[in-house]
Amino acid sequence: MSTISTDPHHHADHGHHHPPAGLKRWFYTTNHKDIGTLYLLFALTMFFIGGAMAMVIRAELFQPGLQLVEPAFFNQMTTVHGLIMVFGAVMPAFTGLANWLIPMMIGAPDMALPRMNNWSFWILPFAFAILLMSLFMEGGGPGFGWTFYAPLSTKYSGDSTALFVFSVHIMGISSIMGAINVIVTIFNLRAPGMTWMKMPLFVWTWLITAFLLIAVMPVLAGTVTMVLTDKYFGTSFFDAAGGGDPVLFQHIFWFFGHPEVYIMILPAFGIVSSIVPTFSRKPLFGYASMVYATSSIALLSFLVWAHHMFTTGMPVFAELFFMYCTMLIAVPTGVKVFNWVATMWRGALTFEVPMMFAIAFIVLFTIGGFSGLMLAITPADFQYHDTYFVVAHFHYVLVTGAIFSIIAAAYYWLPKWTGHMYDETLGQWHFWCSLISVNVLFFPMHFVGLAGMPRRIPDYALQFADFNALISIGGFAFGLSQLLFVWLLVKCIKGGQPATAQVWEGAEGLEWQLSSPPPYHSFTTPPDVK
Amino acid sequence: MTAPNHRPLLLKLMLITGGMFGFGYALVPLYDVFCDLTGLNGKTSSMAATADKAVADLKRQVTIEFLAKPDPKMPWVFQPQTRQIQVHPGEIKLVYYEAENPTQALMVAQAVPSVSPGQAALYFNKMECFCFQRQTLKAGEKLLMPLQFYVDPALPEQFSTITLSYTLYDVTQHSPAAQVAAVYQTGK
Repeated sequence: MSTISTDPHHHADHGHHHPPAGLKRWFYTTNHKDIGTLYLLFALTMFFIGGAMAMVIRAELFQPGLQLVEPAFFNQMTTVHGLIMVFGAVMPAFTGLANWLIPMMIGAPDMALPRMNNWSFWILPFAFAILLMSLFMEGGGPGFGWTFYAPLSTKYSGDSTALFVFSVHIMGISSIMGAINVIVTIFNLRAPGMTWMKMPLFVWTWLITAFLLIAVMPVLAGTVTMVLTDKYFGTSFFDAAGGGDPVLFQHIFWFFGHPEVYIMILPAFGIVSSIVPTFSRKPLFGYASMVYATSSIALLSFLVWAHHMFTTGMPVFAELFFMYCTMLIAVPTGVKVFNWVATMWRGALTFEVPMMFAIAFIVLFTIGGFSGLMLAITPADFQYHDTYFVVAHFHYVLVTGAIFSIIAAAYYWLPKWTGHMYDETLGQWHFWCSLISVNVLFFPMHFVGLAGMPRRIPDYALQFADFNALISIGGFAFGLSQLLFVWLLVKCIKGGQPATAQVWEGAEGLEWQLSSPPPYHSFTTPPDVK
Repeated sequence: MTAPNHRPLLLKLMLITGGMFGFGYALVPLYDVFCDLTGLNGKTSSMAATADKAVADLKRQVTIEFLAKPDPKMPWVFQPQTRQIQVHPGEIKLVYYEAENPTQALMVAQAVPSVSPGQAALYFNKMECFCFQRQTLKAGEKLLMPLQFYVDPALPEQFSTITLSYTLYDVTQHSPAAQVAAVYQTGK
């Protein structure tokens, strides 16, 4: 896959910047395209590792009773699946896209801080190596859920907790460095004439995401540090015996955790806002309102954390406050959905694979948004809390939301990155298999959740058996469908019909002015911005 | 094109990052202050209350229920002498909890109170409580521990029952060695 970015021999005019050959090129690289490629391949690998864990979960839940794995191992699977998908798949994939695209979109030669860029990628494999290794130690890996609630993580956890804490530290440092790089690049390296309100929405959404990252990743680092010192060094942040409070853990964690879910969806909004206008052959409807909507979602995300903890016994006043703030987020999100629909309205639509995934994103993300609104209703949440309804909700926003947008982005920019068109037929197969299987997988979870099936349990009551078998079949089908994507990627990287610079008829933006594949350094002289 | 100087912006962003790390820790005392002010989470004040303005409201009665449980890792026997009483708001009451250390070693314990419903915590005033200090018991020793309290007459009408629950934790490991040693010597 090392040819994904550029073959330097095609660009003799940049001969003085020949990257070193072989493996060294990838270890020492400070090039935004190389690092973007590394991030994306890493995310894809993690997606399959995390996915394999999901397959273990679904295999165990195929039938009621305990068949395949011990309950403790089942818990480790749910925990590490969550951690890997959040921190190993979705976030690095978005950072990879940011690395590849932001310099090209704003007319910059590279990222602003290339050496830090190298570091922020290369510490990630170590973080996940530590986390995955902990699964093989005596007593197993972390099994307290990706939310690592105290006292589960402080009093009742194994010694893998220390490894878990350090791996989260490294992931946090990596994303903070990535975020700082994005901000500095966007602030300092925009081409002349690229004013704030001319920036592509992908750049805008990533800028806001980067600010969310530097605001909340340090809080996560603090939280895991408190868990570490509570467990090993005798502090009592979350231990009532020493004057601490376990509920405090949830407040601090969700102060990070809620902005975190927007970190995983705002860049997706940017991607869909790039793809929909291209295949509608119309400019994006309501550009400015998109920018303001994204900013207000980011600001509101700091005021809603306690909607994850309605059942902890908060005063009614606080429950109402968090309920109304949460519902308020539906307003800017609705603005976005309506803008995408209005962009398509009376457009000259074509339905290539990126557009298919983008439309699926709009529909299915909205379903996830609606179930989120249901969960925001405090009295109803007491029924839904910790059931499969919650699992259905966040998989609709993260799988058919974030992951679908990442796949859409890969299809959309793949011809630009590789210089080859992908196989459209294979892509359509991938899309339809994914779309059908993902709904077989996650839609019935709403029903078993409403009927009271708790999450994170390796066994369940008999009346849920049929639905769970169906869900598992959907899960295996969705997992297998993703192998089509890998096949397509390999084919596209190896060769295919050469792509033009603009690739898509309706595509607009600076990245489409560069050749496909683009030169090793994007814009050595600043481009003209219309 | 001259390369822009990234350092000032980089430093600002690193400062924000460091600040937010500190903010995560600042949430710990902020949460305590917030709980003290609002009674959130059923936390009662850890300071002794004074009863100077309390006038008993004889027209109203509130049921107070007393619960006690030792932490699962705590071997002490720990229970309230009174399970439940009726009080008038403003009336000062004295009840006792019993504690016994059945082990062969001196141990130090800390009781942590919690009031339910949480919003009533603000109106439950303790004038004297064994939970204000750590309690030390020698091997086999028994102790009657006092709790003197009154319910604020301003307690909203919807509360007719208040439950006070204590969890007793073993804090021997966390107690300064000097304190433990002093108890040995004086034989308190």
